[in-house]
Amino acid sequence: MTTLRGRAWTFGRDIDTDLIIPARYLNMKTAAELAAHVMEDADPTFAGKVKPGDIVVAKENFGCGSSREHAPIALKGAGVAAVIAKSFARIFYRNAFNTGLPILLAPEAVDGVKQGDELTVDLATGEIVDVSSGVKYQAQPLPPFMQELVAAGGLLPYLRDRAPAE
Amino acid sequence: MAMTMTEKILARAAGKQSVAPGELIMAKLDFCFGNDVTAPVAIDEFEKAGFDRVFDPRKIALIPDHFTPNKDIKSAGLIKQMREFSQKHGLDWYDVGRVGVEHAFLPEQGLVGPGDAIIGADSHTCTYGALGAFATGVGSTDLAGAMATGEAWFRVPETHRFDFEGALGPYVTGKDIILFTIGQIGVDGALYKAMEFTGSAIRALSMDARFTICNMAIEAGGKSGIIAPDEKAKAYVEGRFRRVPRYYQSDPDAVYEKTYSWKAEEIPLTVAKPHLPSNTQAAAELDSVKIDQVVIGSCTNGRMEDLRQAAEILRGRKVHKDVRCIVIPATQAIWREAMDEGLFDVFADAEAAVSAPTCGPCLGGHMGVLAKGERAVSTTNRNFVGRMGDPGSEVYLSGPYVAAASAVAGHIATPEQIGAPAAPVARRQS
Repeated sequence: MTTLRGRAWTFGRDIDTDLIIPARYLNMKTAAELAAHVMEDADPTFAGKVKPGDIVVAKENFGCGSSREHAPIALKGAGVAAVIAKSFARIFYRNAFNTGLPILLAPEAVDGVKQGDELTVDLATGEIVDVSSGVKYQAQPLPPFMQELVAAGGLLPYLRDRAPAE
Repeated sequence: MAMTMTEKILARAAGKQSVAPGELIMAKLDFCFGNDVTAPVAIDEFEKAGFDRVFDPRKIALIPDHFTPNKDIKSAGLIKQMREFSQKHGLDWYDVGRVGVEHAFLPEQGLVGPGDAIIGADSHTCTYGALGAFATGVGSTDLAGAMATGEAWFRVPETHRFDFEGALGPYVTGKDIILFTIGQIGVDGALYKAMEFTGSAIRALSMDARFTICNMAIEAGGKSGIIAPDEKAKAYVEGRFRRVPRYYQSDPDAVYEKTYSWKAEEIPLTVAKPHLPSNTQAAAELDSVKIDQVVIGSCTNGRMEDLRQAAEILRGRKVHKDVRCIVIPATQAIWREAMDEGLFDVFADAEAAVSAPTCGPCLGGHMGVLAKGERAVSTTNRNFVGRMGDPGSEVYLSGPYVAAASAVAGHIATPEQIGAPAAPVARRQS
């Protein structure tokens, strides 16, 4: 696993999937198309300003609402390297793993990190460093089953590997 | 070991004697499905992963409902991709003129039923808990995996019990119960939990009202909603469900992580204000809120009972001159029944428009998109920023009685506030 480095973009609680990618764009499905509209209804300037490697930091219940996998696809497509939150809505949580968007539960980091801070995230250990303030945080470790999914390269490779031979 | 209904269904699906909350299981699915937003992504993932056959074509459906009848060229392409995949893999294909909004259509056609373990690539898949099924929303990749293997992994959820005793007030419906509940516990108040609805007020509800309640479990963060199947559920399922129903009940000593108890008569006619379903207030207190549009339909409130409730208010009245009112029967069968029953005459006389079945405006797709600064009362399930159109528009969620009364008044209104009788017809007859 790698260490990520990028700027923090802070958001509040209950960032729903309509804010992450508005439904009016769901007649599209490629990462590039969706990325152009990511977070548009929360911050219309976000898609133009976010840089590859940047990190979204949000409060409780990130990704609530619809099941659209377009939400993590749009974030990833825009270059967002990870999402750190106090809690995640459950469908978004599954979708993020399934699409390979790293997500971390780290409530203290969410409280401490400020907009624009430079962060590093060690995905193997869950250590988050706010380079701007010098403060270190620890994300909750992944449940073992999720580690297996990640190690297999995502849900479909995991299912394919365990399917009985014909 | 004592178990809840949800635990019993998941234990059966996992091939185990029992399961406990927190346990990770691999479950065999009885049905899985997606729609024209989620299925195309699932098909791409399925094919990219190298799968070449589905686990069982009778247990999969791809339902075109969000942007249908095709709203633009891109949507038409998505739906064509679904149709071609369905044909290639031998799935039954349901197109415009036969289909409807997935969460009304699948139970109506008997494709999902009691005791099933179901995933759908749509968050409102939790609707089928009204039949006594475990049903939960997932994303496209989970659907792709399910189409290939017939399995999905779950963390067995803790169950929260929501008990409603007594009789509901006049014009108070299942929608008011669920909006009230979400208002009490918040949009993440049941995060990852199974929500089990119990009590005499729930047992007194029709199946249509129970679908409405379970439909919005996700709006409290719930993994699923469920109601114990009773004689009403059995009557609904008989002659309709295409497989063998399994009727599970929670054990009397089953463990609930939390239990909430409310008196049904304390639930007001409820509206959720922008921009969260938890932002609730009594409808009667919101009569200063002027509106531009009313939508009556969706997987939440587009069934026969909902249309009858709207018609009861609109009969002999006119939609306010500054309001457009759009009625959307949720399926082709409901559309036909409403027409045969004369409800379309009521709607037309009131100067409301009746649409073909579609999710359409609920997600700002088409058939009633809002401009900046416009405000709608809608019987749908979400009022997030930009949900029905421009990010500067607003959605107020309500049940059909309040939506129809608001259409007449031109502002948010209860039936009483527009001079309707003190109680609805059905209640006065009973």
